[in-house]
Amino acid sequence: MSCRLAADNVLYGNPLFRWVYDLAGSALPCWLAYIIAGLVVMFIVVNGVLAGTAVLTWAERKLLGRFQNRVGPNRWGPFGLLQPMADLVKLLTKENLTPKGADRLVFNLVPILMMMPTLLVVAVVPFAMNTAVADLSIGVLYILAVSSLTILAIFMAGWSSNNRFALFGAARGVAVLVSYEVPVVLSLLGVVMVAGSMSLSGVVEAQAVPFLLVQPIALFVFAAGTSAELNRTPFDVAEGESEIVAGYHIEYSGIKFAIIQASEFGGTITASAVIVTLFLAGWQGPLASYLGWLWFLLKLGLVLFLFVWVRATYPRLRTDQIMAFSWKFLLSISLINLLATSLEIYWLRGAERALTTGDLWIMALMNLAIAAACLLVAGRLSQAKVRRVRPPLPVAASGTAAREAR
Amino acid sequence: MTMTNVHTNIAADAHPVEMLLNMGPQHPSTHGVFRLVLWIDGEKIVRAEPHIGYLHRGSEKLCEGEQYHQVITLFDRLDYVANFNNEWAYCRAVEKLMGLTVPERAEYARVILGELNRVASHLLYVGTMGLDAGAMTPTMFCFRGRERIQALFEAVSGARMMHNYFRIGGLKEDLPENFVQMVKDLMPLLRQDVEESDKILTFNEIFLARLKDVGAISPQEAISYGFTGPCLRGCGVDYDVRKAHPYSVYDRFTFEVPLGLDGDCWDRHWVRVQEMYQSLNIVEQALQQMPQGPVTSSLGRRLLRPPKGEVYVRGENPRGELGVYLISDGTDKPYRVKVRPPSFCNLSAIQHLLQNAWIADSVIILGSLDIVLGEVDR
Repeated sequence: MSCRLAADNVLYGNPLFRWVYDLAGSALPCWLAYIIAGLVVMFIVVNGVLAGTAVLTWAERKLLGRFQNRVGPNRWGPFGLLQPMADLVKLLTKENLTPKGADRLVFNLVPILMMMPTLLVVAVVPFAMNTAVADLSIGVLYILAVSSLTILAIFMAGWSSNNRFALFGAARGVAVLVSYEVPVVLSLLGVVMVAGSMSLSGVVEAQAVPFLLVQPIALFVFAAGTSAELNRTPFDVAEGESEIVAGYHIEYSGIKFAIIQASEFGGTITASAVIVTLFLAGWQGPLASYLGWLWFLLKLGLVLFLFVWVRATYPRLRTDQIMAFSWKFLLSISLINLLATSLEIYWLRGAERALTTGDLWIMALMNLAIAAACLLVAGRLSQAKVRRVRPPLPVAASGTAAREAR
Repeated sequence: MTMTNVHTNIAADAHPVEMLLNMGPQHPSTHGVFRLVLWIDGEKIVRAEPHIGYLHRGSEKLCEGEQYHQVITLFDRLDYVANFNNEWAYCRAVEKLMGLTVPERAEYARVILGELNRVASHLLYVGTMGLDAGAMTPTMFCFRGRERIQALFEAVSGARMMHNYFRIGGLKEDLPENFVQMVKDLMPLLRQDVEESDKILTFNEIFLARLKDVGAISPQEAISYGFTGPCLRGCGVDYDVRKAHPYSVYDRFTFEVPLGLDGDCWDRHWVRVQEMYQSLNIVEQALQQMPQGPVTSSLGRRLLRPPKGEVYVRGENPRGELGVYLISDGTDKPYRVKVRPPSFCNLSAIQHLLQNAWIADSVIILGSLDIVLGEVDR
C-alpha cells in the first residue's frame, strides 16, 4: 500500500515530509503516515528552535559581557557553553509557584501560549532553498497574524497573576503591540508589492537586490516594530525591570519562567529569521543551492548581534514616548514608504508587469534618498524638543598657575 | 467616616478610578529600603506617599554613648557611599569645638580622599541612573571606576568602605609611601571611566527624552524644601559650601561649580557628571600642592574632652550639605549630635515631584535625587 501526497497539499514542497510520508505510508494507513510525518518534522523544528534559543541565551550573555567589560558566563563547559544547561537544571529544580488568588488555569496556560507563536512562525521560514516546513502562499500575512498571538499570552499572564505590577506590564504590552502592529503591516506591504508575492520563498527569490537596500524604511520600521513586540530594549516597557520589576511574568517561577524566557529568546530568533528572509535575501548567496543554510545562519547571526548591540547600548523609553514614536514617526514614514514604493513600481515596471534587477537598483537609490530625508527631518523635529546643549565648562587652570596668580 | 488605621484609610480615600500601587520596601529601584505608596490613574501618579525609617538605627542617639573618636565609625555608616566626606564633617565639628588646627598634609589628604569619594559616589549615581532608565552598560563602566577608587581607599585605610581613617585633628596614620604615585596612576584611568559613562549616557537621545523636563522644580521651591548639593545646583542656584563657606584648603584650588538651567532630572544628572570632572581637577591640584609633614595634631591621639559648648559645621557632601550640630558638656562623650542629612531634605520634595508624573518617571525622579537611605533614616 502506497500513499500519494496531493501536489496541491501545503506540505508537498517539504522534501523531508514527503520522504517520511512515503516511507511510513508503505507500511501504515495514509492518515497515520501523514500524522507521523508531521510529528517528525515538528520534532525537528521545535528542537531546532529550542537549541537555537539555548545558544542565543549563552551568546547574548557572552556578548553583553564583552560590551560591558565583563567576562560573561565561563564556568560551565568550554567558554561557558553549557551555561544554558545549568540554567535549565536550576530552573527545573525550583519550586513552581502559583500565587494565591491567581486564575490557575489561565496562569498555567500562559507559558504554552507564549511558546506557540514563536514555533508557528518558524514553520514558514525557508532557512535554505526549499526547506520551509510549509511554503504558504500567504506566508507574510501568516507571520503577521501568528506573531500577534503573543499579546494574548502576555495579557493572560498579567490578568491571571493577581499582581498589580503584572497587570501594568500586561496593559503596557497590549498598548505597545496594538500600536506597533499598524506600521509593521504597512512596512511589509511595501516589501510584498516589490516582491509581487506573499510567499516567503517568493520574496527571497525576488531579491536580486536585497530589500535591505530597496526597502530601507520598511526594514527600519519592521526592526523597530518587532523589537517592540518582543519587548526588547529600548521598547521593553512591558517588563521594565526598574519600575514594574518584571512586568507580566513577575509571578512566574521554575520551569514556567524558563519557558517564558525561552519563548522570548526564541521570538528574537524567529523575528531575526523573518528579517533575514524579507530584507537580507534569506538563503541567497554564492552556491546558494548547497550553502544556503550557511548564508542564512550568517545573516541570522548578524541580525541577532544587532539586537544584542542595541540592548547593550540604549536605555528604555517611556510608554507614552513609545506610543508617540509609533504613531507619529513610524506610521508616517511607513506611509511615505508605501506611497513612494507604489509610485516607483507604477513608473518602472515594464510591459510584462515585472521589475528587472535594474529597476530594483533604481528603486534602491530613490528609497535610500527618501529614507535619509525622513530620518533627517524627523531627527531635526524630535531633537529640537529635547536637546539644549550648553557649552562644556572650561577646564580649570592648573593649581600652580592659580597659586602664582594670587 | 473616621478611621484611624492607616491601611483602612488608604482604602477609604481611594477614588474609584485610582489604583493603589505599593513600591517597596523591597523593590530594585528604590535605592535601599524605601517604600513609596502610589495612587495611580492609568499610568499617571495622582498622589504619592513616601514611607521612610526601614533603615533607622538610631545613629544620633548612639553617638551620645560613644567617645568622641568612636563616633567616627558611626558617621561612616550614615552615607555609606561617601564615607570620607562624612568622617570629615564630624571631625571638623569637633576640631572647631576644640580650636584644633589640622596639619597641612592632613588637610590635603582629606581633600584628595574626599574628592575621590565624591567621584566614587557620583559614579555610583550615574550607574544606577542608567539602570533606572533601563541601560545596563554604563553601570559596568561606572562600577569599574568606583572599584579602582575603592582599591586606592583600601590601600590607604585598609577598608573599601567604612574607612574610619580620619581622626579628630588629622588622620589615623600617614598616607602610604607611594600614595601620590598611586593617585597619579589612577587619574587617567578614572578620567576615562568618567568620560566613557558620560559619553554613553548623558546626551543619548533616549536618555534625554526620559530625563529632560521630568521632575522639574523651581529654584524657589528647591530652596524652600531645603535642597542642597547637585539637586539645588541643578536648578541654577549657585550654592556650593566649598565656595560659599570655604573650609579646609578649598580656597587654594581653582574649580567651577556647574549649574543647571531647568532643575529637571537631566540637569541634576548633568551637574553630577560635570562635578566629577571638577573633582578630578581638584585632586590633581591637591596632589601638586601636598606638602610633607605630620598628619595628626598633637592633641589628636588623646582621649578628648572638648570644652563645654556647641558648634555647627557644614560640609559639601556628594549629596549636598551635611550639617553636624554638636553639643559638648565637657565629658569624653558628646552630649548631643544632630545630623542634617542632605538626602533627607532632598527626599522631602518627592511627594511634590511625583505629582502627575508617569509611573516610569517615579524611579527616574527618585534616582535623580540620589538618596542614600542610611543617611535618610540614620
